[in-house]
Amino acid sequence: MSSRIYIAGAGIISAIGNNITENLSALETGRAGMGEMKYLHSAHREKIPVAEVKMDNTALAALSGLPAHYTRTALLSAIAAKEALTNAAIPGFAKLRSGFISANTVGGMDKTENFFSDFLSNPAKGKLRNVVHHECGAATEIVAGILGVKHHIATISTACSSSANAIFYGARLISQGMLDVVIAGGTDALTKFTLNGFNTLMILDNRYCQPFDENRRGLNLGEGAGYIVMVSEKIAQTLPSIPICTLNGYCNANDAYHQTASSPDGTGSYLAMKGALDKSGVKADEIDYINLHGTGTQNNDIAEGTAIKLLFERRYPPMSSTKSFTGHTLGASGGVEAVYSVLSIQYGLIYPNLRFETQMKELPFVPETVFKKGADIRNVLSNSFGFGGNCSSLLFSKV
Amino acid sequence: MYLRAAATISPPVSFEQILTADSSAQSIRLACAEPDYTKLIDPKMIRRMSRIVKMGVAAALQCLDEAGDKMPDAIIAGTAYGCLGDTEVFLQKMVENDEQLLTPTAFIQSTHNTVAAQIALLLKCHNYNNTFVQGGFSFENAITDALSLLKEGQVKTVLAGGIDEITDTSHAILKRFGLYKRAPFATENIFQTQTKGTIAGEGATFFVMQSGASGNDYAQLKGFDTFYKPVSSKEVEQHISAFLDRQNIKRSDIDLVISGENGDIKNDEVYETIYQSALRGITHMPFKHLCGEYPTASAFALWLAANIIKTGKLPSGLPSNKKPSTVLIYNHYRYTYHSLYFLNAC
Amino acid sequence: MADLKKQIIAQLNLKDLKPEDIGDDQPLFVEGLGLDSIDALELIVLLQQEYKIKLANAEEGQSVFRSVRTMAQYITDHQGKAAE
Repeated sequence: MSSRIYIAGAGIISAIGNNITENLSALETGRAGMGEMKYLHSAHREKIPVAEVKMDNTALAALSGLPAHYTRTALLSAIAAKEALTNAAIPGFAKLRSGFISANTVGGMDKTENFFSDFLSNPAKGKLRNVVHHECGAATEIVAGILGVKHHIATISTACSSSANAIFYGARLISQGMLDVVIAGGTDALTKFTLNGFNTLMILDNRYCQPFDENRRGLNLGEGAGYIVMVSEKIAQTLPSIPICTLNGYCNANDAYHQTASSPDGTGSYLAMKGALDKSGVKADEIDYINLHGTGTQNNDIAEGTAIKLLFERRYPPMSSTKSFTGHTLGASGGVEAVYSVLSIQYGLIYPNLRFETQMKELPFVPETVFKKGADIRNVLSNSFGFGGNCSSLLFSKV
Repeated sequence: MYLRAAATISPPVSFEQILTADSSAQSIRLACAEPDYTKLIDPKMIRRMSRIVKMGVAAALQCLDEAGDKMPDAIIAGTAYGCLGDTEVFLQKMVENDEQLLTPTAFIQSTHNTVAAQIALLLKCHNYNNTFVQGGFSFENAITDALSLLKEGQVKTVLAGGIDEITDTSHAILKRFGLYKRAPFATENIFQTQTKGTIAGEGATFFVMQSGASGNDYAQLKGFDTFYKPVSSKEVEQHISAFLDRQNIKRSDIDLVISGENGDIKNDEVYETIYQSALRGITHMPFKHLCGEYPTASAFALWLAANIIKTGKLPSGLPSNKKPSTVLIYNHYRYTYHSLYFLNAC
Repeated sequence: MADLKKQIIAQLNLKDLKPEDIGDDQPLFVEGLGLDSIDALELIVLLQQEYKIKLANAEEGQSVFRSVRTMAQYITDHQGKAAE
């Protein structure tokens, strides 16, 4: 029995759709999710475009089966995780050793920041139910309950690489025989805290972002959740048909350069991508598509681009940043983009990098600008590079 | 797996202080005994660090120093609350200034991965770096991750730790949830009051873990397990018995149990039950009168157990006719997160 | 410039420094005081908060914040036409 990790299902909710079908349709038709802030009430509403999930909390609650006063982070997580598990349709799931490994950066901050205004004026004020789910791990507890998972739960918070780390932690628990099935990925809701935080770093674009473009101005914040269901080979054999996609390689490296900026030569990015290739045994020229971290900031794109230039030398695979559609979903980005990577293998898809106009002068390659279907996609590399130098790459392969 | 080094910044000043039982503080909120950080951390980096980051980094550096390890193969932190201090600073400014004129330092230092990231930055360590944030399993997941990496065979040493802080704000809010005792007690008496509530604690504890023995280790971590939301104390007993069976341990093989009673009458019920069943007849001691209650307190318990095994000494008041060479830790947090650790002398 | 130095020390939490320790022409970034990109952002907020001057973008900071003197000069030049 091999220790292959099969991807049995996936689920997603983002600014471009509330499930896989809607996301795929938007990716195919080039419909981006950015727009004027509608659901978040911030003083920057008219100045900063964001990529919000197009539902208020009441609607999300109805879809998730959770109470409407729960943190938006948990609502998004529940919707995507449920879709993933339903898709996987694992027979006898309740009897298996299952794990839910999630990730987020904001936790219940969307509620806490409202509590705080009352609390600051008077420490006896503010509704306690708005802070009871403040911790990052609370959303995970809530959703694990809905999924019926009890064997192992965990939440990872390593900024933008959070859900990529969650995915391959879960994979290791399966390959080492601790668990049979893991739902892994991440979630994050838009909050004033993160919006203002990123604004102080002056890396937000006040127009729609242009990743990997010479004239890029910054990123657009987004929100959403993305999960994949991973199973052992033994469980894969009980499914109606053996899944065609596996998690073949992964790596977590640290840039160790600066708290928020990436090193100009992209050390962390290079180590993460190379490590994922080494782990899988797949060679650089066998990669058929790279889902870039590609936030659209000056710093990330040059660091990531430089690392790619070094690693792939002459043969640059097709690549694109789907953040041009979904915005940067922070803790969810690894999960959201893992879902897109799995779909890429399943349907032979290459996604366009929207709004690309001018090649970056330092790089000898450009991202893809046209959606492709039915391509021969055997190996996909997905990058997630975050604050704190936390860099992770996942490598998905067709069996 | 072996505990090569262990360091903590916690309310007790040192293990020696704990041995002499000089710990009758009257407080419902225990605060860490903090070192002079300028002696441990580069001053250029300290200026941005909040209290919890200083605590975490200092404990980690002390631990690495003890292990003689300048570059661990992995750095993994567990923290349930993250960096509360900077979170509050940023939130407060955001509310007061109505989202204007905000500054980046508090924001970037508020992210949960700051401690692990700052350690990597200080060491220029490009290796595996992770942070877990799952309530009472934050530290346990760090250990699970560490064990998994060591088992995979590609790493030799892992720096893993559990860190959580209390701030005035977090304490005020948790107090409103009714978590704490209403009036101060001498802390070693918190277990006799038959009342609700515990005492608040905090700490930063790190370990260097290795897959092979170095000949100079604190202890061997022979067994480790977690279980989540058991429905009854019967289920707890079953988990503990099954754990002991898997390790091939009889009750008579265990010299000491360190357990997580926190003084809250409901919280402590299950420990009473266990001491009459699965763990009856074994010398046992609580630890939360030393460090207080917080989600990653089990890291402190592990540090305490490791020191007891290494020195062979027990806090006064416990029968000391035998040098303890096996210690079992059983702890739960809010009856949701349960963990078991079994250590052997080596 | 002495006031400006005090404000810089406070904003950047340079607890061990006194205004006399910062030379008027001493480079603030990379060498000299060794400040980094986060400090630059903090200084941008300082300008806005204390002097009501808004920098157009982060890159402008590279020349403005070269030294305390260049900062002081920029403030003098722009204070007349202060943004809201």
